[in-house]
Amino acid sequence: MNFIALKMLMGDRAKYIGIIIGLTFASLLITQQASVFVGLMTRTFGAISDLGQAEIWVMDPKVQFVDDVKPMKDTKLLNVRGIEGVQWAVPIFKGLLKARLENGNFQTCIVFGLDDATLMGGPPTMVEGRLEDLRRAEAVIVDVNGARGKLARPPTEPGGERRPLEIGDTLELNDHRAVVVGLCNVSRTFQSQPTIYTTYSRATQFAPRERRLLSFILVKAKPGEDPEQVRERIQKETGLLALTSAEFKWTTVKYFMKYTGIPINFGIAVLLGFLVGTAIAGQTFYNFTLDNIKQFGALKAMGASNMTLLRMILLQALTAGGIGYGLGVGLASLFGRAVRGSELAFRMMPQILLISAGAVLFICMLSALFSIRKVMKLEPAIVFKS
Amino acid sequence: MHTEQTMAVSCRGVTKVYTSGGTKTHALRGVDLDVYPSELLMLVGPSGCGKTTLISVIAGILDQDEGEALVFGRNFKQMSQRQKTAWRGVHVGFVFQAFNLLPALTARENIAVPLLILGEPKRRALERAQAVLEKVDLGGRGDSLPSQLSGGQQQRVAIGRALVHGPRLIVCDEPTSSLDHETGKTVIELLKRTAVGPDRALVIVTHDPRIFGYADRIARMDDGRITRIETQALPQ
Repeated sequence: MNFIALKMLMGDRAKYIGIIIGLTFASLLITQQASVFVGLMTRTFGAISDLGQAEIWVMDPKVQFVDDVKPMKDTKLLNVRGIEGVQWAVPIFKGLLKARLENGNFQTCIVFGLDDATLMGGPPTMVEGRLEDLRRAEAVIVDVNGARGKLARPPTEPGGERRPLEIGDTLELNDHRAVVVGLCNVSRTFQSQPTIYTTYSRATQFAPRERRLLSFILVKAKPGEDPEQVRERIQKETGLLALTSAEFKWTTVKYFMKYTGIPINFGIAVLLGFLVGTAIAGQTFYNFTLDNIKQFGALKAMGASNMTLLRMILLQALTAGGIGYGLGVGLASLFGRAVRGSELAFRMMPQILLISAGAVLFICMLSALFSIRKVMKLEPAIVFKS
Repeated sequence: MHTEQTMAVSCRGVTKVYTSGGTKTHALRGVDLDVYPSELLMLVGPSGCGKTTLISVIAGILDQDEGEALVFGRNFKQMSQRQKTAWRGVHVGFVFQAFNLLPALTARENIAVPLLILGEPKRRALERAQAVLEKVDLGGRGDSLPSQLSGGQQQRVAIGRALVHGPRLIVCDEPTSSLDHETGKTVIELLKRTAVGPDRALVIVTHDPRIFGYADRIARMDDGRITRIETQALPQ
């Protein structure tokens, strides 16, 4: 009876397309909006991901997320280095500094100051130049997106294209001259500001004068030591907040989830996709059943059991769901591919695919439920009514 | 001499009342009717006299309120809904006024439907359906959709569908009323030729006087009762 169910479903082109469009739309909107949301949330901890060598982040206990820098005394670094189980501990400066551009405009940049001796915590990949070049006087490394975008130099002639920042070009950071010695790739950040790397000592010179400038201490546990235990020890003995990279990422995400309207906005979009999909697909599927009610009645009269009809309707719903889900997820993937490397955040995780599949399955089952109820209660004698 | 057990259909005191919004409509008022094996019986009468209700009871798709309806010795009242559905699948063939073919299926597939319901493998069911298509003179139209067939051809497909699984009782509701005179004649001749046979009975509801001559007996109904039974030629 399966082929009869499928032929019935696909035979009514207009309704079939209507059901598929409804499910595709729901699947697309749920997957795409959830992926953009996850992409955005991933960007909030981009800096933590990029500084991957560190197992533990040490910071002021009042820090709520990675961009919420509350500087500590430089002496805290020595305290942490003295704790049992710590292999190395390096200082990191992280701050927002204004870069003056050639055209006189100002651009806020995220500046990382790396440990002068080890340059630990540098950019994940260099595009041009070498990390060691940071040891040269006034040296900075700029991320390529920033160099090609917000930090690009003005065109040489009116109407021409802006010129990307290149090695050898200079910048003015907080009235200090800086020379570009390299270009790097970094994870895009939530605010999409250009990222600049330099040494810790130079970064603290660029930064406005303050008593405390140490933003974070990055720590690696000794081989054989449990990072979790080292983290607890640091926290207990220094009174600072110590988090593993994973914990710090979650702390950051939770902050954005709690204190920004982002989850609600995306949640509404996902809910709308779900509701509209349910309305279109559910209504069309129910209408499809109503239109075929005499056919179901005839099948019932000819000996098809309720169980057979139930299986037919479920097969119809699941087939439409499978096709709609596939198309929706496919379109969302194409969207993700199209925006790859752009300002738009997009991260399609397997969990999103599962949630989307669950939502589409729920819509299908809900639609099928009403149809099944109608067919189960159907009197086969309906076939003799003209 | 036939007994209740050897009779194709035996109705005794069958009553059916429809209730709608507090109003009761007596569709059947104690109907007694016998249908013999290998007989073509026509139920005739004005609209609303209870013909369709009676064949619905006889075919096991509607429960009577009172009385007994035995079909080839089986009492539907003693069967569960599930048993009745399964019994119908094996023993009853239907021909409807509006054909009720599945529009998305070809003529061959439509004929194969009762076999598929009975669990026959698709390939075998389609082979048997093709053989029936030849029998109803539509051998070359197996791949046509109902929309590509004329009314007469669609009714022939419906007759094929009613016959394909070899049921013992075939019930037809106004099989010629939506067809022109010539096509109606062809269809009733086809029914008489193919559907009537030993150990099989055919009950046709009609008010088309052009086809009365094809009946072995005509049971006239009015106001939920059998008012007269006319015998044209008793079966052996």
